[in-house]
Amino acid sequence: MPTKPEAKGAPHRAAHAETLVAMRDLEVHYALRGGSLSRLFGRDVGTVKAVDGVDLDIAKGEVLGLVGESGSGKSTLGRAVLGLAPITAGSITYEDDQIQELSGRRLREIRRDLQMIFQDPSAALNPAMDIETAVGHPLKIHKLARGAELNKRVVDVLERVGLSPPEQFLKKYPSDLSGGQKQRAVIARSLILDPVLLIADEPISMLDMSIRSKILQLMLALKAEFDLTYIYITHDLASAKFFCDRVAIMYLGRVVEIGNTEEIFADPKHPYTKSLVAAIPDMDPDRDAARDLPRGEIPDAASPPLGCSFHPRCPQAFDRCGWESRDLRTLLESHWTKVPESDYDKERAIIGEINELDEPSYKSVLPAGPGHTGADVQRVLDVIKSDDPAEPFWTGVHERRVTDSGVEVDFQEGEDPKLRPSGGVEVACHLY
Amino acid sequence: MTDERRGMLSVRDLRVWYGTERGAAKAVNGVSFDLMPGETLGLVGESGCGKTTLGRGLLGLLPRGAFVDGDITFKGKPMPPLGSKEHRALRGTELGMIFQEPMTRLNPLMRISEHFEETMQAHDPGISKDQVRHQALEVLRVMGIPPTRYRSYPHEFSGGMRQRLTIALALVLRPAFIVADEPTTALDVLVEAQIIKILADMRREFDTALLLITHNLGIVAEACDRVAVMYAGRIVEMGDARSVFRNPEHPYTRELLRSTISLDTTGLTYIPGAPPDLIWPPPGCLFHPRCPSAMEVCSKQHPVPLQLDSGQRVECWLHGPEDQIPAGGREPKVMREELSLADEA
Repeated sequence: MPTKPEAKGAPHRAAHAETLVAMRDLEVHYALRGGSLSRLFGRDVGTVKAVDGVDLDIAKGEVLGLVGESGSGKSTLGRAVLGLAPITAGSITYEDDQIQELSGRRLREIRRDLQMIFQDPSAALNPAMDIETAVGHPLKIHKLARGAELNKRVVDVLERVGLSPPEQFLKKYPSDLSGGQKQRAVIARSLILDPVLLIADEPISMLDMSIRSKILQLMLALKAEFDLTYIYITHDLASAKFFCDRVAIMYLGRVVEIGNTEEIFADPKHPYTKSLVAAIPDMDPDRDAARDLPRGEIPDAASPPLGCSFHPRCPQAFDRCGWESRDLRTLLESHWTKVPESDYDKERAIIGEINELDEPSYKSVLPAGPGHTGADVQRVLDVIKSDDPAEPFWTGVHERRVTDSGVEVDFQEGEDPKLRPSGGVEVACHLY
Repeated sequence: MTDERRGMLSVRDLRVWYGTERGAAKAVNGVSFDLMPGETLGLVGESGCGKTTLGRGLLGLLPRGAFVDGDITFKGKPMPPLGSKEHRALRGTELGMIFQEPMTRLNPLMRISEHFEETMQAHDPGISKDQVRHQALEVLRVMGIPPTRYRSYPHEFSGGMRQRLTIALALVLRPAFIVADEPTTALDVLVEAQIIKILADMRREFDTALLLITHNLGIVAEACDRVAVMYAGRIVEMGDARSVFRNPEHPYTRELLRSTISLDTTGLTYIPGAPPDLIWPPPGCLFHPRCPSAMEVCSKQHPVPLQLDSGQRVECWLHGPEDQIPAGGREPKVMREELSLADEA
């Protein structure tokens, strides 16, 4: 049974070992296009901050895991390293080059060193290209080999990734191969240029459970054989725990916790990391899972929550975390999923239009419905509070003022937590 | 196997074969099980083992040209022939389905309220909008969807909420039996965990029998009462989920558990080879070419289904019966054909 090779004391920040890639304040922001009218009048419709201020070093020979849910920016970060995502600010240094400044020939040269393994092998292979052409294609594009030499290198690399005997696969098309074989072909294609860094974006999540191990094992063997460095992008903490030397947990474009794999898993610090660990379905029938799952889902990156972007879902959030108007709406709605329909109908009439709460602000107004006053609204809020006084939302409420037309709710202004060292790791959370 | 008829759904020797140019593909080949009200049965196995075909077959959702045979009893009465008009009438009120990809199951041009109205009026044309709203809000509340969103459109919901909507739509008619085919595969980890919790709550609140098809063994361990392990169209092991996970009796179950990467994984193991061709399956036990415990008898005769003392039902010669194993049949199969990657899944 192959086991994971000993991590050779990989430093938490890669600074001590030879740094291969260094990201500084990296930002990838996409401008939203909006409708034609807003474009005509030059109205600002906002940006999606896919990656928002990431500092990260990747040491030569390490496996760095980028872990998070969809929409956390992990794939965008991986693509930015290849120059495939528009870098709007900050820098990525590879050897002596700044990737964000490169174009044309030099970028193409660098891409020989930086290769990618995609999630869906069926989509990553051209269905009209046989395996020989597909795997040899990078050599052709970069004009590195042709004829017999090209053929020899294709055969070699197929052998390396376990598609042997290669003769049996050369003339096959992707549709003739199983999922695992296709992924091996994709890996062969990324290896044929003799790369330095491989970015593997969910390389096993589309594969059957029974062969995920095989592909991971292949990647470990290839790493040792070709002295590779990996960026392993995944939402699956279990495989990251096994496969990575260091792990960076991402949430809404930020790294919220980073450190050595053993330290992160021995003592997850950020509440988001904790919930990711808790969410893994447990196969051991003797451990009973009483789990505290975060509510809700990853928010819209076009208008992230104020303060710490995880606070609306965080079970440990408190006053400084950035409670705001939208959380008031969530509070009302979650209350209404718990009360009988008749109570909902009554309370819904007391409270007026709640769509205005969607505008993020530390000051909000909860209007009274027609025929009702602010005092009525206040009473509804009091009921909600007395139902669940432990709800962290209330720690953020600075003041409630009753007026004739509604209740004004002021929140304590939140702070955006920065990555700070804590124990052996770095974590972005006000708790540390 | 006891032949006693029990429970809400009782399936005996169900077969679903597809006609192909090369011959019949035996996607489901002799499956028997029972399901009690409020019980969740997990159905696991690799891709291509017939899980989805079995689930769809029970609801009569098979493509034309599928050959179905077997004996199904539903609520004490024989189930009308799969695909017949009488069977179709059961769908919705008695039989429900939850699919993998929620967005393809919701009409983007219809409000949530209209989805519920359409669903409920199809079965009760006289039902008023107020009655629909009343029943819909009750189910939505269990799913954690606020009543303020009742008149929203599907695109206004997140992925996890949409899946909860499709579950709510399946539940609103209170079917006695639901098939959920990989209901969380398209979702994020945290949302997946939320949906599993909802499915677990659901069987308490609605007393629904659930067949949960998944390739994620962790989900089965957490959400299912019993588990059926399927391989090449047959259930090779079935039993209480806890005891199967603690003490798998079939080598396939054992290897499947071992090859799954979990937080406790310190080394990688996998099952060599791939599930067999369903048109020309191997002789004897279907798993023997990949089985690390294969014996001489395994390649010659199909194993006899056995009820073990542990309560598990298993199809494997390792457990006997001794009197049916020919002399020398217990010898380990030495000449195991070398499995090349050419056969990888």
